[in-house]
Amino acid sequence: MIRLEARPVPSLAMSVLSPVIALAVTVGVGFALFLALGKDPGRVLQVFLLEPFHGVRALTELGLKSTPLVLCALGLALCFRSNVWNIGAEGQFLMGGIAGGGVALWITQEGLGVSRWAFLPVLVLAGALGGGAWAAVVAWLKDRFNANEILVSLMLVYVANLFLSWLVFGPWKDPQGFNFPQTMSFAAATEVPRVVRGMRLHWGFAFALGAAVVMWVYMFRTYHGLQLQVGGPSPAAARYAGFSSRAAVWTTLLVSGALAGVAGAFEVAGPMGQLTPHVSSGYGFTAIIVAFVGRLHPLGCILGSLLLSVFLIGGELAQSRVGLPSALTGVFQGVLLLSLLACDTLVHNRLRVGRLR
Amino acid sequence: MIPPRLELRAITKRFAQVVANDDVSLVVNPGEIHAVLGENGAGKSTLMKVIYGAVQADAGEILWDGRPVSVRSPHDARALGIAMVFQHFSLFDTLTVAENVWLGLPPSVKLQEVSDGIRRKAAEYGLDLHPEKPVHVLSVGERQRVEIVRALLAEPRLLILDEPTSVLTPQAVEKLFETLRKLAATGCAILYISHKLDEIRALCHRCTVLRAGKVTGTADPSQETTATLSRLMIGAEPPRLERRAAKVGGLALRVDGLTLPRIDKFGVALEAVGLDVHEGEIVGIAGVSGNGQQELLAALSGEDPRADAGAVQLFGRGIGRAGARQRRKLGLHFVPEERLGRGAVPTLSLASNLLLTRNEALRWLGFIDRRALRDQTSGIMRRYWVKASGPQAVARSLSGGNLQKYIVGRELDAVPKMLVVAQPTWGVDVGAAAQIRAELVALRDAGCAVLVVSEELEELFAITDRLHVIAKGRLSPSIPTADATVERIGEWMSGLWPGGPSMPTGPDARARAGEVAPPASGSAP
Repeated sequence: MIRLEARPVPSLAMSVLSPVIALAVTVGVGFALFLALGKDPGRVLQVFLLEPFHGVRALTELGLKSTPLVLCALGLALCFRSNVWNIGAEGQFLMGGIAGGGVALWITQEGLGVSRWAFLPVLVLAGALGGGAWAAVVAWLKDRFNANEILVSLMLVYVANLFLSWLVFGPWKDPQGFNFPQTMSFAAATEVPRVVRGMRLHWGFAFALGAAVVMWVYMFRTYHGLQLQVGGPSPAAARYAGFSSRAAVWTTLLVSGALAGVAGAFEVAGPMGQLTPHVSSGYGFTAIIVAFVGRLHPLGCILGSLLLSVFLIGGELAQSRVGLPSALTGVFQGVLLLSLLACDTLVHNRLRVGRLR
Repeated sequence: MIPPRLELRAITKRFAQVVANDDVSLVVNPGEIHAVLGENGAGKSTLMKVIYGAVQADAGEILWDGRPVSVRSPHDARALGIAMVFQHFSLFDTLTVAENVWLGLPPSVKLQEVSDGIRRKAAEYGLDLHPEKPVHVLSVGERQRVEIVRALLAEPRLLILDEPTSVLTPQAVEKLFETLRKLAATGCAILYISHKLDEIRALCHRCTVLRAGKVTGTADPSQETTATLSRLMIGAEPPRLERRAAKVGGLALRVDGLTLPRIDKFGVALEAVGLDVHEGEIVGIAGVSGNGQQELLAALSGEDPRADAGAVQLFGRGIGRAGARQRRKLGLHFVPEERLGRGAVPTLSLASNLLLTRNEALRWLGFIDRRALRDQTSGIMRRYWVKASGPQAVARSLSGGNLQKYIVGRELDAVPKMLVVAQPTWGVDVGAAAQIRAELVALRDAGCAVLVVSEELEELFAITDRLHVIAKGRLSPSIPTADATVERIGEWMSGLWPGGPSMPTGPDARARAGEVAPPASGSAP
């Protein structure tokens, strides 16, 4: 029989090394996998892991990809630390995108003259309100009826998705769009300002980095942030201290919903420039992995987002350059998450083989 | 001569820091109902786990029918013919009685055979039990009957019962005793674990008393008085601390007619609890755990704000509905019984844990002044001899005693006007215990009102000025500690005070008292 036995003191060096080992294991498994598929493993791994860093354009694309991931993961990390299992960041992302896109569309249709920098705060606010409102539904149902937030937030993803489809197939469809399910292209004034001319990377990336720093200060340097993190591991201690569990549910869900919503608004008014049925490529779900890869730490979320962005972009490149099936990106991500969790478990526990005495 | 059914020779079991069983020997003969008597934490449960194979003894021998055996798992124990009825039932509500019993049997057995077996056993012992009834409609007493019949179906040669009456009404207790007597008459040996003296005297042939893991005596309970048994169980009357008499000031805390329904079925309902604590005195509440202490403490601390506002008054102000933080702002501090997970968050540092109840290190907008927090934490650690690597050490890394010193220190250091303490010295070493007690008395002398809830009578006798006893969710009147004796408090702990829940004043009152009888939940160490 194989058992897990808690180590008295986990080794500090191993805790730090564990993500590195996990990455090594992932690369190893990938190597074997590509070999079995009859591809040149060296070439595939190079496309997968190194191409995304090759050149300024590639680097800015990496930043662009990680912007929504960072924003969603930050809110999720806060939720998960307080034992609020919001897995519907995807839905909050979509609603933020709809709200931000709606404002941009209105400005476009009315032909209002605004500057990009003046519109940016409006866009952020609209996204935050859209995503926050969607998360507020979850918070209210949990607070009022003790509804399970995992189910509610997940179900609301589908509602948000269908709502978006209804909008772009119906009232918001571009009359000159040859009946394609999409809105008209937004006016240039509503575009999120770019960091570098000619590249798609926009200032939302800086916003995400700033949000991570603010989140770090909030989590570890303020009384309010501490209160939220007591209820997660020890609800009895939160009751003893008199920290409100209701406040924790509302705060964490509203913050994470707003952040996911802002991410959605950036995506719509940034690289997309219009609303289509496919606003998100699963950023809200990928952010769950990011949050855990980043150890639910704000700065870890940045690193986790970059790592996952490499995987996403690398997967696309591997499809187009070496003809790898798209499902492999998912497999690769799964292997990474699994080895991370396994390494983490083994840092805190050791395997024992033999009968229980 | 027939060898004893079970003999334990010099069983010793050590856990990391405590010796749970120290050189324990015990003889149970066929047909004998043998009581194991002891306070919570005396080592009863560990001893039973050794017999049942759930834990292995470090030293000592187990003899079964005179032959040495090794019981490495509950499976081995069952193969020998040992059956156990646990304090908490393991039944599935949605299944019928027969299905529940069937679950534990090998797959080859048919459900119909199980139903027949249950019916036969129930008839044999005159028990009223219908195999086809779903468990959720059964009363607590009937559920226990299911567990007992399940044990009897295995034709046990030794039956162990762990605090079996803690959930039963008096009538159900009588019924259980009849069954056990019949079972013993067939030659089955019975080990009966309890701390209820009157029951043991009514039922058991012999009794082994444990205190702090050691056997303090073996006796024939019918020949002993409640007083002599409780002396064996609790120990000699402790010496009184040399200290000044209390200078009692104004009323600090008044609990008046506090009645609370229980939160879940393992809880205890509080019934018309009333007590006063004045400035400058220490009031103690004695009692066996699981009699309403947790519920009373939660109602006082604000963790359970369901009480009527006026049922809990602090300096004349109704605070029954106020939360824990509001009460703390009014000067009421509380040291809970569970250190990890309630008094402190295991994964946070000592410094962060200070912020649970203290906010001196908070600045504008709730920003934490880390240097101030660190200094404050180190100060408490120095003053209360907390051994840890520093203020950044996570709570989980401290030993239980050290963490207790830190939590008690954190609350004492706040200079409360009213301090409520549960088990102030549980798990701390002798020196630190004496220090904590001295600090409590010093706090009293400084004019603070102190309420101590403890299961250690010795401690209560040493530091309190007045004593209440809690039993079955009701609180006895107080008596000055100077007038209290171990015998009297011991009797009161069974609810036997004038007007108490176990005083038979009529058939109705008796039945009602029985209904609120608590399961001694949380009493296992």
